[in-house]
Amino acid sequence: MWDYTDKVLELFYDPKNQGVIEDNGEPGVKVATGEVGSIACGDALRLHIKVQVESDQIVDARFQTFGCTSAIASSSALTEMVKGLTLDEALKVSNKDIADYLGGLPEAKMHCSVMGQEALEAAIYNYRGIPRAAHDDDDEGALVCTCFGVSENKVRRVVIENNLTTAEQVTNYIKAGGGCGSCLAKIDDIIKDVKEKNAVTNLNTKGVNLTKEIANSGQKRPLTNVQKIALIQKVLDEEVRPVLIADGGDVELYDVDGDIVKVVLQGACGSCSSSTATLKIAIEARLRDRINPSLVVEAV
Amino acid sequence: MSVIYLDNNATTKVDPAVVEAIMPYLTEFYGNPSSMHTFGGQLGKAVRTAREQVAALLGADESEIVFTSCGTEGDNAAIRAALLAQPEKRHIITTQVEHPAVLNVCKQLETQGYTVTYLSVNRHGQLDLDELEASLTGNTALVTIMYANNETGTIFPIEEIGKRVKERGAIFHVDAVQAVGKIPLNMKTSTIDMLTMSGHKIHAPKGIGALYVRRGVRFRPLLIGGHQERGRRAGTENVPGIVGLGKAAELERLHIETAIKRETRLRDRLEQSLLAKIPDCEVNGDITQRLPNTTNIGFKYIEGEAILLLLNKYGICASSGSACTSGSLEPSHVLRAMGLPYTTLHGSIRFSLCRYTTEAQIDRVIEVMPEIVERLRALSPFKNDEAGWLQAQEQTLAHR
Ligand code: FES
Repeated sequence: MWDYTDKVLELFYDPKNQGVIEDNGEPGVKVATGEVGSIACGDALRLHIKVQVESDQIVDARFQTFGCTSAIASSSALTEMVKGLTLDEALKVSNKDIADYLGGLPEAKMHCSVMGQEALEAAIYNYRGIPRAAHDDDDEGALVCTCFGVSENKVRRVVIENNLTTAEQVTNYIKAGGGCGSCLAKIDDIIKDVKEKNAVTNLNTKGVNLTKEIANSGQKRPLTNVQKIALIQKVLDEEVRPVLIADGGDVELYDVDGDIVKVVLQGACGSCSSSTATLKIAIEARLRDRINPSLVVEAV
Repeated sequence: MSVIYLDNNATTKVDPAVVEAIMPYLTEFYGNPSSMHTFGGQLGKAVRTAREQVAALLGADESEIVFTSCGTEGDNAAIRAALLAQPEKRHIITTQVEHPAVLNVCKQLETQGYTVTYLSVNRHGQLDLDELEASLTGNTALVTIMYANNETGTIFPIEEIGKRVKERGAIFHVDAVQAVGKIPLNMKTSTIDMLTMSGHKIHAPKGIGALYVRRGVRFRPLLIGGHQERGRRAGTENVPGIVGLGKAAELERLHIETAIKRETRLRDRLEQSLLAKIPDCEVNGDITQRLPNTTNIGFKYIEGEAILLLLNKYGICASSGSACTSGSLEPSHVLRAMGLPYTTLHGSIRFSLCRYTTEAQIDRVIEVMPEIVERLRALSPFKNDEAGWLQAQEQTLAHR
């Protein structure tokens, strides 16, 4: 038997918001549904939402679920979570949010939370009259897993959103690969591709991360000289110079000698009467805050 | 809350008399039966008695019983032995509904140059003997077919199959893990060459089983080492397990006639009451050729794991063929091979009884089950399918 959290069991034994929302033609509100899954796959969810047209807010949500304990609990959780949200806010609800609300799901059951998120999206698209196929690029792209009808884009999305690293995890999240298994190699390739693309993005943002990393480690043990200089350069480049440049000035790092940071003020700053203030407020305070409170900035 | 255990095809409670029989061999008599001294020697006698008891249950000769560690070992040993004894033959016949202990060995053998025929079953889980006949060739080394299916209880016409197999000169192995103790067997009048049984399905502990090997059948051991089990299964004997298996076999032989009558009656009452009280459900498997203790019922439009968890709330233990209970994403290979519709497949529940099952326990299941089904159907989008979602899906499935 699976190891379910108390919250999962609570919502399974005593589900909230089960059933249908009838469209009674009530003024000011509209009802929409979203359907995902199938009886063949072993789980399916029909989500009903009632939206207040003027505020674009979900005022009621109900579910009908065919599926296991965690499918029922995930659906019930979802209806609780979206009530009161605007449609735009609701679109931000991820499968991870659903799982978190439940205090976690066994990893092999994560697809239940994905189903919830997809039904919500489908309901909102239906409400807005957006044909799902046109806007959901999940349905575009090559079919990776024919057993469960999963496209490449869907695999890609779930890998990125949930930071998945193995094909087995992908199977747990969206079932792809859980049938004949012939698509597992393709799933591996997609994961590899996502990782590589990620690595490139990481490289681009690495400077900022490095600054943070060095700064964080600096709190624990003294920086080496090289680290200190790199860090000072980083803070000057990213946080100080843009401000000075905007004012027609600039600053260049000249030397670091112990705690003395020597800089050359340029442009408007070099001739400015308040250059001492610039040194102290704009540069020294910032470096002290970011790197080390004992730093002293001097102009050469 | 006391447990109502209706999952006896998974495992059984160890009979108190079996526990009693085992105890001295866990405490006092700890010798090694292979030792020369009398201390170890007394254990040899206990093992002999157990062998007689197991042989008596199967209608076999003591020399034809090899103790193993479990049903899986028995199946593996029999299949390998049959192939090693006839290295010139490279074809195996089995069925699509075997236990993984047979199916997965066959799959592995396919990667080693063997061809395997997986016989199909019909809607009731029965084989087509003409298909078997047509598959048998001079190249067929082994036919390995289960006696009774663990999920549906469906019994195959084993002697009829055996006759055809023997005519073609292949070795006939039968996985009888679910049949032993539940239906009378007699190896003396049988066509079976090798037969696997397991202790924990007949109220002995886990970790002990036996393989029947007909005298004259060439046997190559799976475990090689010492000379135990006359060289057919090396390794120091699991004496407490063997003693327990012997005792359990003796008890089964003693009880089998009354157990069959009793369990059939209780099972039928359970089945008929559930079918009468709950709409939209059906029995899976062959109703006439079936183990007396097993019923497998498909409850439409709902999912098995959810049913099990609600049953669990009442202390009722059963089993499901649904994918969600297994960690795999595919529902039971047995039910799928039978071609059950998806509406039934995912909501199939197996109740398996034993000689400890009481009238009151069956009453309790009959009492709570309708409510459970109703509750889950109230949640199901397929139950009153006003929107035609299910219909649309069935049409797409039919076109696949
Ligand atoms: S194609 Fe993906 S599991 Fe079969």
